[in-house]
Amino acid sequence: MTSVVLSVRGLSVRFLMPGGRRIAAVTDAHFDVTAGECLALIGESGCGKSVLASALLGLLPANAQTAGEAHLADLDLLAADERTLARTVRGRRIGLIPQSPAAHLTPVRTIRSQLEETVAALRGVQGRKALRAAAEEAAERAAFPADHLDRHPHELSGGLAQRAATALALVGDAPLLLADEPTTGLDRDLVDHTVDELRRHVDTADRALLMITHDLAAAERIADRVAVMYAGRIVELTDAAAFFGETGPRHPYSRGLLAALPDRAFTPIPGMPPELGALPDGCAFAARCDRTTAACTAVPHLTDAVACHHPHVPEGIRA
Amino acid sequence: MLELRAITAGYDRRTPVVRDVSLSVEPGEAVGLLGPSGCGKSTLARVAALLHRPDSGTVLLDGEPVHRWRHRAPRAHRTAFGVVFQQPRLSVDPRLRLTDLMAEPLRATGRRNEIPDRVAELATAVGLTPDLLTRRPHEVSDGQLQRACLARALVLRPRWLICDEITAMLDASTSAALVAAVEDYRAETGAGLLAVGHDHALLNRWCGRLVRWDDLGPAA
Repeated sequence: MTSVVLSVRGLSVRFLMPGGRRIAAVTDAHFDVTAGECLALIGESGCGKSVLASALLGLLPANAQTAGEAHLADLDLLAADERTLARTVRGRRIGLIPQSPAAHLTPVRTIRSQLEETVAALRGVQGRKALRAAAEEAAERAAFPADHLDRHPHELSGGLAQRAATALALVGDAPLLLADEPTTGLDRDLVDHTVDELRRHVDTADRALLMITHDLAAAERIADRVAVMYAGRIVELTDAAAFFGETGPRHPYSRGLLAALPDRAFTPIPGMPPELGALPDGCAFAARCDRTTAACTAVPHLTDAVACHHPHVPEGIRA
Repeated sequence: MLELRAITAGYDRRTPVVRDVSLSVEPGEAVGLLGPSGCGKSTLARVAALLHRPDSGTVLLDGEPVHRWRHRAPRAHRTAFGVVFQQPRLSVDPRLRLTDLMAEPLRATGRRNEIPDRVAELATAVGLTPDLLTRRPHEVSDGQLQRACLARALVLRPRWLICDEITAMLDASTSAALVAAVEDYRAETGAGLLAVGHDHALLNRWCGRLVRWDDLGPAA
């Protein structure tokens, strides 16, 4: 239960831009994901969530610099060379469930042909009959209907395309699944369904799942723990039940995000997030926060699960 | 009053996406149209915005039937509608700066002199800061671009707003801010709204009247 699959320590990503500008996309991220656990990384678009995922897979563009460590068992993903990542990590030790399955699948080939290729590459299955059987078995694991295997991606609905992409991600039996906005553009029923299936894949094989999303309802449904990211930093890392439950989150930004939900107060957080290329000194959220004091000119560090100088205190402890 | 009567529409005459659907929006009313993915609600929204000619049925704008669509529609009809789409990236010209993007409808209708005032006013209303206005779409986030798209839809002061899943790509706080901007505009001008989406909680909170796709028209 406590076996740590992914351990991220002090991960930072900087993009060097023309003219010497530096974009601080991710700053000093620390977190673990253990087997059988789902960690949801939430935050608004452009806060650095997807860059973090790309960094773990070694898929950052050439102008990116990384610092820190990300250990997948004994391997440091940030220090590994491209050859190691390509031959032993992607697909084999980390399965990626992409943001837009329709764009991730090859449009000119059927789902069966893509599954067979993946099975052959990752599991070394050979021979036409064996490949066919292995591909069908892989489809079945993700509940992809066998009679749709000979279709092309454009002939699939959003939900089925998502299952096809999930089937591909599961082929390698990777201990870590990385889902990057897996529910964008799906309607509520499909979101619930997709998320429940992801949860099932976590539970049945004791996989670890890092799910990146801005959909709070999906995160609430699936996550064991929640990490909230703001302006490239993880500002709160806590238990999902407490976060979405009565206790509520402690960081003012997390509270603001939840309060913006239509079934809660539906009030937006005032202002807009800062530019990652021109972050203010001190707390990046201070300009939008109603609890700002002089202390907020210093960067708060993640202590006791929250990075804030004035976190909300749970009711029980205050008394 | 915006009335859709017995609309059948689609992209192939043999298999219409929308069959015999009727819907009306009163001035000042906010109607939320709720339906699952792929049910045809976006097509209906395009018909309502005069962007897609239905195969049959009538669209009535203040009692007058509409005969021409898209660019052939008379200017008074075209400018009566403000439309915001789901994917801001796909609905803007990537070469235009945000300020030009927002001012384009004014240019197209020969009202250049109003540009400076109106753009500044709208930038504040949708929450865009001046430094963002000089950027091009690839230099801003989805949320910021969608704010600019909303400003573009409001720039001609339309009497009808059609919002097709405008918050599907966005986080909770940006969604709430966009909806607040739409509601401020409607409170000020009394414009009618047709909001299309699949998020029951959102549309229920946003719109005065909620219509389910399955309840529209005769049982399909």
